[in-house]
Amino acid sequence: MTDTAYNFAYLDEQTKRMLRRAILKAIAVPGYQVPFASREMPMPYGWGTGGVQVTAACLCPDDRLKVIDQGADDTTNAVSIRKFFQRTAGVATTERTAEATVIQTRHRIPEAPLTEDQILVYQVPIPEPLRFLEPRETETRKMHELEEYGLMHVKLYEDIARHGHIATSYAYPVKVEGRYVMDPSPIPKFDNPKLSDCPAIQLFGAGREQRIYALPPYTQVVSLDFEDHPFVASRAQHDCDLCGADGSYLDEVIIDDLGGRMFVCSDTDFCTTRRELGHIGRLGAPMTDEVA
Amino acid sequence: MGQMEQIAALAATPVALPLLQVDGLCRNYGARIGCAGVSFDIHAGEVLGIVGESGSGKSTLLSCLAGHQRPDAGRITYAGQDVLAMSEADRRRLSRTEWAYVHQNPRDGLRMGVSAGGNVGERLMAVGARNYGQIRTRAHDWLGRVEIAADRIDDRPSAFSGGMQQRLQIARNLVTGPRLVFMDEPTGGLDVSVQARLLDLLRGLVRDMGLSVIIVTHDLAVVRLLADRLMVMKSGRVVEQGLTDQVLDDPQHAYTQLLVSSVLQV
Ligand SMILES: Nc1ncnc2c1ncn2[C@@H]1O[C@H](COP(=O)(O)OP(=O)(O)O)[C@@H](O)[C@H]1O
Ligand SMILES: [Mg+2]
Repeated sequence: MTDTAYNFAYLDEQTKRMLRRAILKAIAVPGYQVPFASREMPMPYGWGTGGVQVTAACLCPDDRLKVIDQGADDTTNAVSIRKFFQRTAGVATTERTAEATVIQTRHRIPEAPLTEDQILVYQVPIPEPLRFLEPRETETRKMHELEEYGLMHVKLYEDIARHGHIATSYAYPVKVEGRYVMDPSPIPKFDNPKLSDCPAIQLFGAGREQRIYALPPYTQVVSLDFEDHPFVASRAQHDCDLCGADGSYLDEVIIDDLGGRMFVCSDTDFCTTRRELGHIGRLGAPMTDEVA
Repeated sequence: MGQMEQIAALAATPVALPLLQVDGLCRNYGARIGCAGVSFDIHAGEVLGIVGESGSGKSTLLSCLAGHQRPDAGRITYAGQDVLAMSEADRRRLSRTEWAYVHQNPRDGLRMGVSAGGNVGERLMAVGARNYGQIRTRAHDWLGRVEIAADRIDDRPSAFSGGMQQRLQIARNLVTGPRLVFMDEPTGGLDVSVQARLLDLLRGLVRDMGLSVIIVTHDLAVVRLLADRLMVMKSGRVVEQGLTDQVLDDPQHAYTQLLVSSVLQV
């Protein structure tokens, strides 16, 4: 039910136009952080206001929206953002990756391959990958401008020196089309390969820091590494205990107070779809076919 | 060979172009003079000391030379290239390959949140080193050269003494084999015994690597030990320059005489 007290998708047309300009610029210069005038949204910053503004600027009345948080459609954050757009834009929603036209995400890329008909919108807390070692914004902008990216490898060097391997497992830095170094937002590095050569448009919105950046379809994205410590898209070495998948990103879930635990797909739609198709994991039960 | 023949022979040998040529350099802060009309040449392997009282323009001059500030007038030519006409990208590339800058306060020249090895390795990575093992080997090697124990490679500089921090800053700067090093009071904040050790180390590195150095100091003992040539500044201007021993033993300008005698009194 659309709440008619609001403009379509909450933001006024001027603001959406401003956001679309920033998005177009971001798509034209893949990986480059475009500043934009972030608006107050009726939710706190940590809740993905950047992603929400980008989604608002992209939505059309006939879109079908999916919202995930850590791969799940049913967490508080995902549910409230989905409800927000149901109310303010009246768009259809779905939990099916394959059926969605716009997917807003926090911390994951869906397991199912994306298509040219989809837009993936990431919520970004800290857009600047160089921030960790260089807090001065004037200096990091200069470093991007002049492609001075040695510092990114200092960060990886420190990782290896301290842990014996590159321990960065989230927000793993990437280089886009051989030009800009980009923070892919706190997705697990397992998802990094999916950033590259992706048919969907990928948009990144940072609300607090007022930056939008983008990967147009089929952009080359390379994870940074050393010759003798190559990038590895690692995951827990288990199969999903519910659907038996052996190549998906897993969450470890504690199931009793005796230290019992199970591994389940973090992408709940992926897991459900597999179980509906009859796949059963170690602790899974066959799904009852409610239609028949 | 008589003197005239020696001079004739010298004149006949092809003279290498100076590594750095500075001509009429000026930098003002509003109405106040930072430095004015500074001109000099420095050749490969030469160490130039710059002395003068506090506020005489030494740091201003050095930061203009190193590209940290833009001079209001003058020319700087490095290895035949007009430095002030270069693009910023080219100048910054020069800064992290051919040049080095040692700050008085090691905190300004080090990354305090990064390990000693990472500090030394940064310039290597900045010029494209992508092999962790090789970077680590070079870092080990350089820590050894500045007398920092190998087992401190993963410690952060905040755990180091002032002298060690300064030696680490030197290693971090020299690891890519620069040709020209700018130093602003490198022994400034250190105890006398620590200063002596650092000076000794610097002298060895300068000789071994054939570095050209421009070193700013207010300590005449430092220049006597390190500098081939000396430039004396007062109120932003160069009042006297020449061979170090010559200037210190036979100062011509009244201000230099005062400077030399005041150090003798100490
Ligand atoms: N950032 C600045 N703004 C204004 N005046 C400055 C600044 N830096 C230096 N000066 C002035 O320029 C002159 C030269 O200073 P400086 O180069 O720091 O001398 P030194 O290093 O020999 O002590 C002094 O009069 C000083 O007060
Ligand atoms: Mg000074």
